[in-house]
Parts: sequence; structure tokens; C-alpha cells
Amino acid sequence: MPRRVITANRLIDGVVVWRDAAGRWREEIDRAAASDDDKTVARLLSGARTDEAAGVVIGPYEVEVEVEQNTASRRFLPTHLRERIRAGGPTVALH
Amino acid sequence: MYAYDTLDRTFVAQRTAQFREQVRRRLANELSEDEFKPLRLRNGLYLQLHAYMLRVAIPYGLVSADQLRALARIARRYDRGYGHFTTRQNIQFNWISLKDAPDILNDLAAVEMHAVQTSGNCIRNITTDQFAGVAADEIEDPRPWAEIIRQWSTNHPEFSFLPRKFKVAVTGSASDRSAMRVHDIGVRLVRGIDGAIGFEIWVGGGLGRTPMIAQLLRGFLPKEHLLGYLEAVLRVYNVEGRRDNLYKSRIKILVSTLGIERFRDLVEAEWTLTSGPGLRLETAGIARMQSHFRAPPYADMPGRSREFEAKRLEDSAFARWAKANLFPHKQPGYAAVTISLKPIGGVPGDLTAAQMDAVASLADAYSLGEIRVTHRQNLVLAHVPQDRLHDLWRALDALDLATPNLSRATDIIACPGMDYCGLATARSIPVAQRLSERLAALDEQYDLDQLSINISGCVNSCSHHHVGHIGILGLEKGGAESYQVTLGGSSAEDAAVGRIIGPGFGAEDVVDAVETILITYLGQREDSERFLDTVRRVGQDPFRRALYKQP
Ligand code: SF4
Repeated sequence: MPRRVITANRLIDGVVVWRDAAGRWREEIDRAAASDDDKTVARLLSGARTDEAAGVVIGPYEVEVEVEQNTASRRFLPTHLRERIRAGGPTVALH
Repeated sequence: MYAYDTLDRTFVAQRTAQFREQVRRRLANELSEDEFKPLRLRNGLYLQLHAYMLRVAIPYGLVSADQLRALARIARRYDRGYGHFTTRQNIQFNWISLKDAPDILNDLAAVEMHAVQTSGNCIRNITTDQFAGVAADEIEDPRPWAEIIRQWSTNHPEFSFLPRKFKVAVTGSASDRSAMRVHDIGVRLVRGIDGAIGFEIWVGGGLGRTPMIAQLLRGFLPKEHLLGYLEAVLRVYNVEGRRDNLYKSRIKILVSTLGIERFRDLVEAEWTLTSGPGLRLETAGIARMQSHFRAPPYADMPGRSREFEAKRLEDSAFARWAKANLFPHKQPGYAAVTISLKPIGGVPGDLTAAQMDAVASLADAYSLGEIRVTHRQNLVLAHVPQDRLHDLWRALDALDLATPNLSRATDIIACPGMDYCGLATARSIPVAQRLSERLAALDEQYDLDQLSINISGCVNSCSHHHVGHIGILGLEKGGAESYQVTLGGSSAEDAAVGRIIGPGFGAEDVVDAVETILITYLGQREDSERFLDTVRRVGQDPFRRALYKQP
């Protein structure tokens, strides 16, 4: 199975967030918890849904990512363009 | 301009207070997202890819200098310093926090603005001709009628839960600059056989998945019956329109399913119930509304300004801008100026907070403190003395707002697309930017005017690509962006839906494809024939051959 991370938008400001291994919501995708194991992804998603019910985030879901790993860092790149734009911001200058 | 009365002020204040409480309850998790979402949408607040987006209503595109300054403050304080003008003549802010939304609505209310009915299945912002009240070809100013419809449709209890959203455009001229025939209802002021002014009512236009051009519902409607008749149309739609299938829920589907004759019969039957005195507009009330839009105190001036003519001869850059961006004014000695929000390589329709403030000051100094938003995502200063055009142009140029490209190849209409919009299937803005850069030189060399290129990032067609002379629709194919191209659309009085030219183009190839289309046009055009007329005359074949290298 491909690797997946969990994302949502934060309720208070709508900002894109990614769920890390400790169950915190991070603004950087590279800090997300990723897994290719269905059970692990389901557990991450279920934690995210609990946060949704608690009014922390809106609409959590899984995102497929590729991993770029080198000795210094690990980077996640969503396979789908929409998610790449959510992770990295608009592809055009903001003025 | 229309100024709020107590009723408007009370309504907007109440809605703002209600929304503050709704946001509080949502943030305290007393409301779920399912409960809250319809409430925020009723106040123009969407959740997009990166943040909330607030769509602020600009009724019929008319905004005062003070209101524009308030929008600049909002952009600066609560957003990232810019806003985006839309084809509905509204403005959108892309980076809004839910927690700030009540304060923003408060700030808007302070300048008689709001975000009510900019979303949801209700009657949306009424749009009109950006040259309303100043166009020489106008039968009558459409803005009082747009305002009458706005008041009637605001919070209308019967029409707050229509099968789907509902858009109305009003125009007062034979040349349609309001895209009236791609609206659910188009209202056009016309002169009847006895010389009296009334309305033509068009119905069933719309774009999206199933584009349709509106059909004539009634050739002449006396003025007093405007609201009674619209109410009858809306009632028939509210009862008969489909609610079981999102894609078949617009009035255009109802009209095309029933046929215009049957639809008309239903409306006329309903109208016998609504044409009574209750909704009949009284002459005094109409006059009162018209008084809000009376012509401003123009100075007495000769029809041709010597100063303007001299500067045109002296300064070729000014002459070029004047040729493209001025519109004849009915008042001698004045001109209506379009400020292009399409700098070469820029984001169509975007304006920074600093530019908003500067345009507001220019409106105060040159155009009686009033600005208009066009459905082509540009701005208009409608009352500029010709003597002062050169000064205004220099000031605009310093702000990077003097691109001389109105209705030319680089005056591209583009929606936010996948860079911002949650519904998008592809990006629009980068395609618009690359096209603009590529076509600027071609335009300079070959004079590509009267050309409309429209790019939407999904089938919802917010950029009206179906009625662009060249329409581009961004789709996703096998995980990659793919752009479908249509030719021959028009949103003007000769409204037509463009036809798909062939298989779509990848993001890398779509700019080349448009250039090929335009080069083919240059080879085919007779004299100064505009692109649309060439396509209509020669058909799609020459373009298809050039694009797909067919013999
Ligand atoms: S056309 Fe589609 S992508 Fe563009 S703004 Fe509308 S909904 Fe979004």
C-alpha cells in the first residue's frame, strides 16, 4: 500500500494541518505521521475524527504521499496536485 | 449611490450580531460543522483549500471610495494584503480566519456592506452593466431596478431555500455588457411600441455542466409589474424545479425540460395571483429609488477636450491606453475609464490593499468618489473629465494599473482555480499568467482586440469559459491537468455557447494551442474582422487542422 498521512483544516482559522505521531496537528506536512499500513492509518484517522468531533479540525482524510529521504531530512510529497498545493500553498505569487 | 435606510441598517446589524453568536457557538463546539456550515455560507464564508474565504457582496458592482478603503483595511488587517474581484462583481478574500469573521462583518456593516446571499441556494448579488448611468447607448439607468430587485430578494422568506442558487442581471442598453443571457433571469430595459419603457424578461441562461443561453420569456413587461412577474417566475421554479439531483436543479433545466411555452404558461398563470396591488411598484416609489442614482453634477464642457487630444498626439503610450480603456460618456467632455486588473503576467482580478487605497483616492480626485467592478474583473472610474485623463493615466501607471488591454487578448478572465478553490480540478491562474505573457507580443504586433479568453478551473464555470470567444476549462485526466478548449462563445447580445475544438491539452501545451488558434485566425481574418466573426464564418475546421496537425 502507498504511504499515507492524515490532513484536515483547523476549525479556528481554516489552516491546512497534518497529524503527527503524537496526535498533534502540525502546519508542516513533513512532521506528519505516515504509514503504509492500513491498520495504522485507520488508527490515525480515528484519532483525527475524535478531534473533529471535539471541534478542533474539519473534515480529516487520508492523503497519499511519496517520501524523499536523505540523511539530513525526510520530506513528504503528496502524489495528487491538489494536496501538493494544500501542503505548499498556491503555486502563484501572493503579491 | 443608494444609501442604507433604517431597515437596511437594522437588518445588516442583526445579521452581523447573529453571526457573531453563531461563530461563538461553533468555536465552543456547541454547533457541529454540519449545523454551522449552512449558517456560514449564508454569510458568504466558504472553507477553501488553505483557509476560509469571504465573499463580500458589491451590489451591481458599485462601490464608494470609502467602501474601497474599508476593503483595503480588511485585506490588510485580516487577510494577506489583497483581494480578488470576481465575475459576479463581488470581492473575495482568500485568507480569512473564522475567529475574525464577525469583526470583518462589523467593519463591513460600518460602511454599508455585507456578505449576505453571496452563497447558498438563494437569489445572489444582482449584477449589471458597469457603464450604467453613463453609457450613451442606454435606454434607462438599470441600477435603480437592480436595487429594487436587491431589496425584494434580500432575506425573501419564500426564496431562501430555492432548489439551487439564482442569479439575476439587469441591463439598460441594447449592447449587453452584463452577460444577461447567461443568467437565470436577465432583465433588459426596452422601449415598447407606444414608446413607454418597460422590460424584456429572459430566463433559463446559465453555465456550469450544462451551458444554456437564456430564452425570451416576455417581450414587454410594464415597469410597475417587475417584482410581481419575477415573483411568479421564482414561484414556478421553487415548486417545479428539481431538488433530487444537484446537476438538474437550476432553472435552465426546468425551462428546457418544460419548453419555454409551457414554462411561460405556468408563469403567466402564477402571475395572475401576484400581479395585484401588493407587489405593484408605485410611480413615487420608483422615482424615490431613481433619485439615489441621479446623474452627478457634471461640469459644462465641450464634447472634445483640446487638452486630451493634444496629449494623445504627444504621448503614444497614453494614446494606446486611451484607445483601449476609454468608453464614451453620455455627458460631453467626460469619459468612463476602465482600470485593467490584468497586468501582463499578473493574477486576473487581484488588487493589493495599497492599490485599493490608491484607487479610492483617484476616485475621489477624478471620478466623484465612485468605483465600479466589472464582470470581466476590472474596475471603472465612470465620470472622468477628459481634460484630466492624462493626469489620471500617469497616476495609474505609477500603480501598475494602466495596462492598455481592455477587451484585448491579455484581458483574460480567470477564476482562482486549484491554487485556492476547493472545488477545482485544475489551476487557472498560472495558465492565465503564461498566456498573458505569450500573447502580449502577439497583440502588440497584430492588434488582437475584441477578444475574450476565459479560463475556469472546473465545470462550475465561474469564469464563464463557455461564453469566452476562446474558452479554457481545466480538468483532471489521469492525475494530470488537462485543458479543454472551446471556440466561438459569446456573452454579449449575440450570446452563444462555444464548441469544443477537440481533445484537451496538457498544462505545458495549452498556451501553444491558444497561440496556434490566434495565428490561424490572423491567417483567416478579413480586414479587421474580430476573432468571433472569423470563427463564425470559417467554422472550426481550420483551427482543428492547425491544432491537431490534420491535413
Ligand atoms: S470554476 Fe471551479 S475552480 Fe474556478 S472558482 Fe469556480 S468552482 Fe472554483
